[in-house]
Amino acid sequence: MDTVILLTLTGLGLSALYFLVASGLSLVFGLADVLNFAHGLFLGVGAYATWWAAGNLPGAGGDGFGFVLAVAFGVLAGTLVAILVELVLIRPLYSRTIEQVLVTVGLSLAGVALLQATWGADPRTFPRPDWTREVTSVLGANVPNGGLLLIIAAVVVLAAILSFLRWTRYGLVIRAGVENREMVTALGIDVRKAFTLVFAIGGAAAALAGALGSVYFGTVSPGQGGSLLIFAFIVVVIGGMGSVVGSAYAAVAVGLLQQFVNYYGTSGLGDICVVGLLAVVLLLRPQGIAGKVATA
Amino acid sequence: MTTEPVLSVEDLSVRIAGLHILQGVSFTVAPTGVTVLLGRNGVGKTTTLRAVLGLTPTGGEVRGSIRMGAQTLLARPTHRLVRDGLGYVPEDRCVFAGLTVAENLRLAERRGTTPAYDKVFALFPELDRRGRQRAGSLSGGQQQMLAIGRVLLNDNRLLLVDEPTKGLAPKVVTEVAEVLERVAESVPVLLVEQNLAVVRRLARDAVVLAAGRVAWTGDARELLLETALTRSLLGVGSADGHHHEAAPAAAAREDGH
Repeated sequence: MDTVILLTLTGLGLSALYFLVASGLSLVFGLADVLNFAHGLFLGVGAYATWWAAGNLPGAGGDGFGFVLAVAFGVLAGTLVAILVELVLIRPLYSRTIEQVLVTVGLSLAGVALLQATWGADPRTFPRPDWTREVTSVLGANVPNGGLLLIIAAVVVLAAILSFLRWTRYGLVIRAGVENREMVTALGIDVRKAFTLVFAIGGAAAALAGALGSVYFGTVSPGQGGSLLIFAFIVVVIGGMGSVVGSAYAAVAVGLLQQFVNYYGTSGLGDICVVGLLAVVLLLRPQGIAGKVATA
Repeated sequence: MTTEPVLSVEDLSVRIAGLHILQGVSFTVAPTGVTVLLGRNGVGKTTTLRAVLGLTPTGGEVRGSIRMGAQTLLARPTHRLVRDGLGYVPEDRCVFAGLTVAENLRLAERRGTTPAYDKVFALFPELDRRGRQRAGSLSGGQQQMLAIGRVLLNDNRLLLVDEPTKGLAPKVVTEVAEVLERVAESVPVLLVEQNLAVVRRLARDAVVLAAGRVAWTGDARELLLETALTRSLLGVGSADGHHHEAAPAAAAREDGH
């Protein structure tokens, strides 16, 4: 029983990480029809900026308020890079899908290369508060605090995004735009501002995933964004393009499936099962769990 | 009262995916009343409205001149045209199905102006009562009222209305026509409509398109009285108020109020 609880909570920790990456990816695709392969870069920027801030930014550090400040710096850096990418590279290419894919794939490769050139290819130890290395006993299972932190962060981000979508004018524009972007424009709304906003939201969530994921793993490396992005894409497709709630459900399903199968089966089998789940969803419900709707 | 046209379209050509859909279309819309754009299916009526509004699909090529008063419309982004007073009621309503009625209306509010909810709810009291209902669960007639109500929240210099009675039950068609008649008392309307009874009731001027060109312009009632002309231009035998052949009876049965 302890093992099941441990696997469930560590699986949910993984789900939380996937959700943080996938939520922004899903909104960006749902609203702007942009398949953003550079989304993993935002995660990398968030992780490295947090790591850098903890050692160099005055007031920031690896513990207490200093750690919060370092994470806030990382999130801010990821958000700014996302906004910059949208304004400079994506905006001139809306409705040009092939060019978008080429640019975002190129950017993700260049981003990883830049991180490698600056800080090296080897994983670096990530500064983190001592309590995140410890475990908490939950119903007899010793669960890593780093995983619990990810779960709490994902729940807070989910609630924040849903509140934003439900209660704000821009949230309304995004929900409507996911359904019918052209009609939003035909009501006199400059939908491009909403594009920038969803890139910013996605960049912030991915950067947070980068920082907290590095806390969980204890290291930061240039390629970690890319490997998480593959599963985040699967979560987006299973959840339904544009649906944050769908992404949350799909992230839970993918994280738990991966964790349980990898433990009880052969290591790596869980990843194959996730791809199998994707195939089943695409066959039976191609629009994903929630369909194309920005739920609020 | 000025007699200057509210909209002037000159030599408008639209090419989409290699198809030359509009080939030098020119017409004007009077500053009052309803001007109807007629023609058989596929002649370019909706393409004309969408070109005016800057909604030609990416990759499409638009040439010519479109002016609203002294203002040139081509090459301006759609949201700016709408803010400048070009209201659009699209074919098939295009309400946001996942949003509530109130949210659909709230979305249409423009910054810096006071939305005319009183006017909209006076015309469509049902929209007020159904504010919390999801627009996707409304009947076709109610969705059409929401689509029209949405544009009436704001002051407009011209309304572009695309097939507002398509697929509606006869009783609802009458209601929609009544509303448009009242709306047209205060704002000019460029209407695309297949139902000739509605055209006869609403339209003062008519522009008939055929094969991407203007085939006839003039008084709408005169056109409808000319049986031979309406048959040759629109494919219908008379102007006796029956539906145009392109508005199938099945469509009218499809949707209730």
